Amino acid sequence: MNLPTFLGGVHPPEGKALTENKAIEKLMPENPGELFVYPLSQHIGAPCAPLVKKGDAVLVGQKIADTEAFVSAPIFSGVSGTVKEIAPKMTIAGSIENCIVIESDGKYEKAPSLLEELGHKPEASDYVKLIRAAGIVGLGGACFPTHVKLSPPKDKVINWVIVNAAECEPYLSCDNRLMIESPDEIIRGLQYALEIFPNAQGVIAIENNKPEAIKTMTEHNKNPKIKIMPHKVKYPQGAEKMLIKSVTGQEVPLVPALPADVGCIVLNTRTTWQICKAIEEGLPVIERVISVTGDAVNEPKNLQVPLGISVRKLIDACGGFKEEPVKIIAGGPMMGLAMRSVDVPVVKGTSGILALTSKLAYIAEESACLRCGKCVEACPMHLEPTLLDHAVRRRDYETFEAHGGMNCIECGSCAYSCPASRHLVQSYKNGKAAVNEARKKAAALAKEKAEAKK
Amino acid sequence: MSTQLTVSTSPHVHSEFSTRGIMFSVILALLPAGIVGTYFLGLRSLAVIATCIIACVASEWFWQKCVMKTKTTIGDLSAVVTGLLLAYNLPPTMPLWMAICGSIFAIIVVKGFYGGLGCNIVNPALAARAMMLISWPTAMTTWTVQGMSGATPLAAMKAGNAVNVSCWDMLVGNMGGCIGEVSSVLLILGGIYLIWEEVISWRIPVVYIATTAILAALFGHGGFMTEIFTGGLLIGALFMATDYTTSPMSAKGQYIYAFGCGLLTALIRTWGGYPEGVSFSILIMNIAVPLIDQYTAPRILGAPKSNFFKRTGGK
Repeated sequence: MNLPTFLGGVHPPEGKALTENKAIEKLMPENPGELFVYPLSQHIGAPCAPLVKKGDAVLVGQKIADTEAFVSAPIFSGVSGTVKEIAPKMTIAGSIENCIVIESDGKYEKAPSLLEELGHKPEASDYVKLIRAAGIVGLGGACFPTHVKLSPPKDKVINWVIVNAAECEPYLSCDNRLMIESPDEIIRGLQYALEIFPNAQGVIAIENNKPEAIKTMTEHNKNPKIKIMPHKVKYPQGAEKMLIKSVTGQEVPLVPALPADVGCIVLNTRTTWQICKAIEEGLPVIERVISVTGDAVNEPKNLQVPLGISVRKLIDACGGFKEEPVKIIAGGPMMGLAMRSVDVPVVKGTSGILALTSKLAYIAEESACLRCGKCVEACPMHLEPTLLDHAVRRRDYETFEAHGGMNCIECGSCAYSCPASRHLVQSYKNGKAAVNEARKKAAALAKEKAEAKK
Repeated sequence: MSTQLTVSTSPHVHSEFSTRGIMFSVILALLPAGIVGTYFLGLRSLAVIATCIIACVASEWFWQKCVMKTKTTIGDLSAVVTGLLLAYNLPPTMPLWMAICGSIFAIIVVKGFYGGLGCNIVNPALAARAMMLISWPTAMTTWTVQGMSGATPLAAMKAGNAVNVSCWDMLVGNMGGCIGEVSSVLLILGGIYLIWEEVISWRIPVVYIATTAILAALFGHGGFMTEIFTGGLLIGALFMATDYTTSPMSAKGQYIYAFGCGLLTALIRTWGGYPEGVSFSILIMNIAVPLIDQYTAPRILGAPKSNFFKRTGGK
C-alpha cells in the first residue's frame, strides 16, 4: 500500500504497546487540601496576569488569569477551592515562573459555562471568540493559541483544515485513545473549524500504526467534506510542514512563512476535541489526557487529569516506579523536555510523562563527526545538520542562517541517527537563540537611530 | 526519588548506530576476503595485516596521547579499519618496515595533521598506499602466487600480454594481487552486508563499478569480467570510496563522485602509466568532495526551486 509520507525522517521504536490499549482513566483527587499549581504562561505569546488574589474562592472552569494581548490564552482553574498564594514555582520545563496555587476543596464545583456568559447559541461568527475565551492552544505541546491560528490574514484563502492525529512521537497514545473513545467530538470539532472556513476541505491524518483509531474515525465520519487519511508510519510525520506536504503535496515556504501561506491550518487532535466542547458546552481547557508511560513505570496508563495537578500524583496513580528512572520526560522521547523534578504541575501542553530507565534513555558522550551523512538523509527539512552544527560551534551564525538553520524544526531526527552522538539539537537551539538575539539587537539599534534622526 | 534525574536536550532515544559499531561492521565485512587472500597468497599476508593494524593503532595512540595530549579514541576502531585497508592494498611480500612507515603516514600525516577522525581530506589508507607506490615502486608491485612470481592480470594487460587467469580464479581470488583485493566474491558479500546493515549506501559502489566497467569496455581496454574482478576496483568501490569522511553527504553528490571515480579509473587503466587506477581516482575525487558537497546541497523543504546557486553561494 502506498500511503502518503514525506522525504527523510527516521523510524524510532514505537513503544506504544505500553499504553495504546489502555482506556482513558479519570484521576480526580477528592481529598481536600491538595494543591494545584497554574503557571501564568502556558502558551506561546504574552504571559497572563492573575485575576484572583490570595484567599479568593475559585470554581472549576473559572478564569483565573488573562491578558489583553492578542497572542495569548486565558488560564482556568481545574478544581474548586481557595487561592493559597501567587508565587514563583518550578514549571515542567524546569524554569521558575509565577504561578497561582489553589488549595482544592475536593468538591469540583463548577463555574457557569462560557455559553451562559455568551447568552445565546453560538454561531460561526462567535467560534473564534469562543475558542479564545476557552483558552484553547495547540495541545500537542507547541501551545500556540488556536484563535490566532484560526484568524489568518484576510488575503489568505484556507483550502485545508488538517487534524494532526499522526501522533508520531513514540510512546504517546493519548490522541489514539481520544479518537477511539470520542470520535464524534473530534469530527464535530473539525466541522466547526470548517464552518469558519467554508471553502476548506477537512482531513484527519492518522499514522497507520493506529488501525483501531482509523477504523473508528472512518465509521463515525458521515461528512463528505471530511476525509480520514492514513499515513505511513515515520517520524516526524506529525510535524506541521511534513503533514502539509504529505496531505496536500504543498511545501510551506521558508521561515517566517506559515501554513496559512499555502492555505492550510493544522490542528491537534485534542485541540479539535476541545473546540467541539467549547462551542457545544462552553467548556474551557481545564483537563487533559496524558500518557504516563515508559519502562520505569509500574503500570503505564492514559490518564485524564485536571490541569495543575502535580506530576508526582500521576506517577503514583500508575503504581509508581518499578525501576529507578534516569530520565523523566514531559512529552515524547524525540522532542520532549527532560524534567528536573516530578513536583511540578501539569500544564495545557503536557501530552505525556515518560519515565525511562538507563536501558532506554540515551545518555552518551559526543565524539567527532564522521561526515557520514546520516543526518542529511534523516532531516525532514532537507537541511545539512552537520554543517549547521559546525557553524554554531564556531559561532559562525551567518553561515548557520545562510544554510537555513532557522528552518530547523528541532525534531531530533538527525541526533537520533548520529553515530557520533553529536548534540545536534542543542546546537540548533543555541544557534537560533543567537540569531534571534542578534536580530532583536539590530532592530533596537535601528529604532534608536531612527529616533535620533528625528 | 533517591536518584538524580538527567536533564539534557531532546531526543532522549537513539538509533543503534555508533562510530564503534560502524567500524566493527566494516572490519567484519572485510575479514573473509583477508582470510581467503592469505590462503591464496601465503601466510606472509597475515604478518603484513597484523603489522599494519598494530602500527596504525599505535600511531593513533601516540599522536593523541603524546602529541595532541587529548583523550585517546583508539576504542572507536577507526585506526583498525585504516590498518586493515592499508594491508589489503599491499602485496604479501611487502617488507614490514615499509608497512610500518605507511601506517604512520596514514594515521599521523593524513589523519592527525588535519584534525583526526572526520577531518582528513583524503582517505588515509589510500594516501599511504600512494606514498608507498611512489617511494618503493618495486616492492609495491612484486607479486607472488603460491610461491610463483607473476604479474597481476591488469599489469599483464598493460604490458600487452594476454590475461591467463580463468573466470573462476578471478572470482575466488586465485591470482596475483594485493592481499585484500583478490577475493572478489567475498568482497562483494562484505559490501552487500554493509549495505544491508545501512552502514553504506549502494550508490557509490554500484555507480563506480558500472561506470568503470562500461567505460573501460567502450575505450577498448578489457572485458567486463576482467575490469570488475581483477585489481582493486571492488575493494576500492566498496570499502575505500565509501569512506564517510572523504565522500559526499548528499545522494546527488554521491552519484557525481562515484561517476568521477569510475571515469578516472577507466581512463588510467586504458591510457595511464599505471596498470591500476583505483587508488589515484579515489584520491583525486576525495579532493573534489568539498566542492561537490557545496553544489549538491539538498534543497531545503519550502525553498524556491531555482535558488540553487544563491543558496550555495553563501548568504
